[in-house]
Amino acid sequence: MPEITKLIHHYLRHDKKFPHVWCPGCGIGIMLGALIRAIDRIGYEKDEVVLVSGIGCSGRLPVYVDFNTLHTTHGRALTFATGIKLAKPQLKVIVIMGDGDAVAIGGNHFIHAARRNIDVTAIILNNSIYGMTGGQSSPTTPYGMKSTTTVYSNIEHAFKISELAVTAGAVFVGRGTVYHAKLLDSLMEKAFLKQGFSVVEVISHCHTQYGRQNRLGSAVEMMKWQRDNAIPVEQSLKMKPEELEGKILIGVLVDRDLPIYQEEYEKIRERAKASAERG
Amino acid sequence: MLLQGNEAVAEGALRAGCRFFAGYPITPATEISEILSVRLPQVDGTFIQMEDEIASLGAVIGASLAGVKAMTATSGPGFSLMQENLGFAIIAEIPCVIVNVMRGGPSTGLPTFPAQGDVMQARWGTHGDHPIIVLSASTVRECYDMTIRAFNLSERFRIPVILLIDEVVAHMREKVVFFEDEKIEIFNRVKPTMPPEWYIPYEDTPSGVPPMANFGEGYRYHVTGLTHDIRGFPTSRPDEIGPFIARLHRKISSHFSEIQMAEFFLTEDAEMTIVAYGCVARSAKRAVIEAREKGYKVGLLKLLTLWPFMRNAIEKVLQTSKVLLVPEMNMGQISREVKRVNQGVAKVLTLNKVDGTIITPSEILSRMEEAL
Repeated sequence: MPEITKLIHHYLRHDKKFPHVWCPGCGIGIMLGALIRAIDRIGYEKDEVVLVSGIGCSGRLPVYVDFNTLHTTHGRALTFATGIKLAKPQLKVIVIMGDGDAVAIGGNHFIHAARRNIDVTAIILNNSIYGMTGGQSSPTTPYGMKSTTTVYSNIEHAFKISELAVTAGAVFVGRGTVYHAKLLDSLMEKAFLKQGFSVVEVISHCHTQYGRQNRLGSAVEMMKWQRDNAIPVEQSLKMKPEELEGKILIGVLVDRDLPIYQEEYEKIRERAKASAERG
Repeated sequence: MLLQGNEAVAEGALRAGCRFFAGYPITPATEISEILSVRLPQVDGTFIQMEDEIASLGAVIGASLAGVKAMTATSGPGFSLMQENLGFAIIAEIPCVIVNVMRGGPSTGLPTFPAQGDVMQARWGTHGDHPIIVLSASTVRECYDMTIRAFNLSERFRIPVILLIDEVVAHMREKVVFFEDEKIEIFNRVKPTMPPEWYIPYEDTPSGVPPMANFGEGYRYHVTGLTHDIRGFPTSRPDEIGPFIARLHRKISSHFSEIQMAEFFLTEDAEMTIVAYGCVARSAKRAVIEAREKGYKVGLLKLLTLWPFMRNAIEKVLQTSKVLLVPEMNMGQISREVKRVNQGVAKVLTLNKVDGTIITPSEILSRMEEAL
C-alpha cells in the first residue's frame, strides 16, 4: 500500500463522510494533508488528539478526520478548546479556523488565548474572504479588492494575522501558503510540538469567490501568485521595506518561551491547597 | 451556618462535583466566581476568568465534553451573550449549569437591584425550537440544593440547566443547617460501556438520553452544532432531522415527574392560591400566614422548577381555588403560563412590580383582600 493510502486509511473517516463539501481546487485539502502528515510524524495516538473548529469552509474539516472532533459556534472554537485543554491537559488540542472565524467574530478570543498562553495550536486558513456564505469581505480582504459586500471596492485595511498573534503573546507563530506544502508540514510539526499557544497561518486561495470576483484566475494561477509573492522570513531581513510591499512573509515569525497557563495554574493549586491546610 | 445565597450556590456546586468554572465578572453574581476561584484549585479543579460570557460558556462546554462537571454564573447582560453557546449545549447535548442571578433590565438596567425579568429569556432566549430545564430558589438552603439538583438533572438528561435566582436571594444571608448524615444524591452522566466501534453517539434509547463518551476516552466521534444524524455527522435528511429534534424534546417531556418540583403550603383547602417563586415566594408565604390568621382560606404554590412549566401543580391547586394570584417582579411572565394552563377555570390575578424594589407581604396581602 503506498504511503499516502496508508495515511488516508488510518486518519480519514473515508467510509463515513466522503465526498467532502469543498470546491475542486480548494487549498483546504493541502492544509489537511499537512496536518495529518505532521501528526503522523510526531506519532500522536488518534485518541489523544482533539480537533476543534468554528464555522465556515474550514469549520467542516474535523468531520473528515478520525480524532475526537468538535465543530463549535462561529468564532468560538478557541474558547471550547480552552475548556477541553484545562479539563484534560493530556489531550493534544488543535483548533482550525478561517480568517473571518479567527479575527472577525472570534478576534477577541484569539488575542486572549494568545495572551494567556493556553497550550493549544491554532491553525488559521486565510483565504481573504467568507467563502461558504458566498464571498463577502473579511478582515483579511486587502484594501481595494472586491467582494459581494464591497462590490465598488474594499475601503478597510486587512489584519495581518500572524503579526497580530506575535503581538498578543503567542509563543510560536509560523506562516506558510498552500503552494509551499513542505513548509506547511514543518510549520505544523513545530507548532504541535511547541508548548504554549502556537499559531500557523495558512495563506490559501478561494478561486470560487475571491478569485472570481477579482479576476485572479483559476486555483492554479492563484497558487502561482503565492509562489511568486512569498518571501522567506530570513530573506526578508536583507530587503528594504518598499521591496516587501504586498509580499507575504513565510516561515517562522516567532519561536519563544513564555510561562504556560496550565503550568502556572498548577502552582496556584499548590498555593490554594497550602492555604486551605493552614485554614 | 450563616451563608449568603451566592456562597450556597458555590458550595452546592462543589458538593455536586463541579470541578470547572469559567466566568466573567458581573453584579450581582460575582461572589460565585470569587469563591470558586479560591475553592476550586484546593480540590484540583479549575477556575478561569474568560474575556466575556460567550467565551465563558464555550470553555464550560469544552470542559464538560472532556469529562469534568462545569458551570458558569452571570446576570442578565451576560446571560444574553450566552444564548449562542446555550443553544450549542442543547443541540450537542452537553451537560452544564448556568446560574443567572437576575437583576433589573432591559440592557444594563439595574445592576444592584432585584428583578425576575429573565424567566422567558431562560425559556426561549436561544434561537430555534428547543427544550430547557430552568430551576429557581427562594432561600439560601434552596440555592445549595437546587445547584446540586441542576447538576444532577444536567448529567441525567444531557442538557444545560439554568438556575434562575434573584439579587435578593443571592445576596441575602440566613441561617442554613447542614446535617452530618444528610444523604445527598449525586448523579453522574451515563458513559458508554460497549466497544468504541459499536458506539453510536446520538442513538435513540428508551429514555431518549444516549450514553455520553468523554473526549479522550477511546470513543472518537464528532460533535457539532449542526443538526446531526445518530452518528453525530451533519445531516439534511428530513427522515433524520425530524426524529432527532423529536428525541431532544421527548427526553425532557417524558420525564416531567423527575424534573418538576414545587412546594405546596396550606393549599389543601385554599380558595385562593398564590403562585410565586424566588424572593417573592418569601413575601407570599408571610402574606399567607397573616391572611390565615385573619381567617382567609389561602395557600401558596412555590415553584422550584420554572421550565418545563408545572401544569400539574397548577391543575392541583385549581381543584379548590377559585382565584390564583401571581405576584412577580416582572410584567407578568409566569402569570401568562398560569393563565394558559387555567383556561378560564379560575380567576387569575397578577401583581407586577418592576421598580427595583421587592414585593412586600403587605402588598400581596392587600391584593388578596381586594379579591376576597
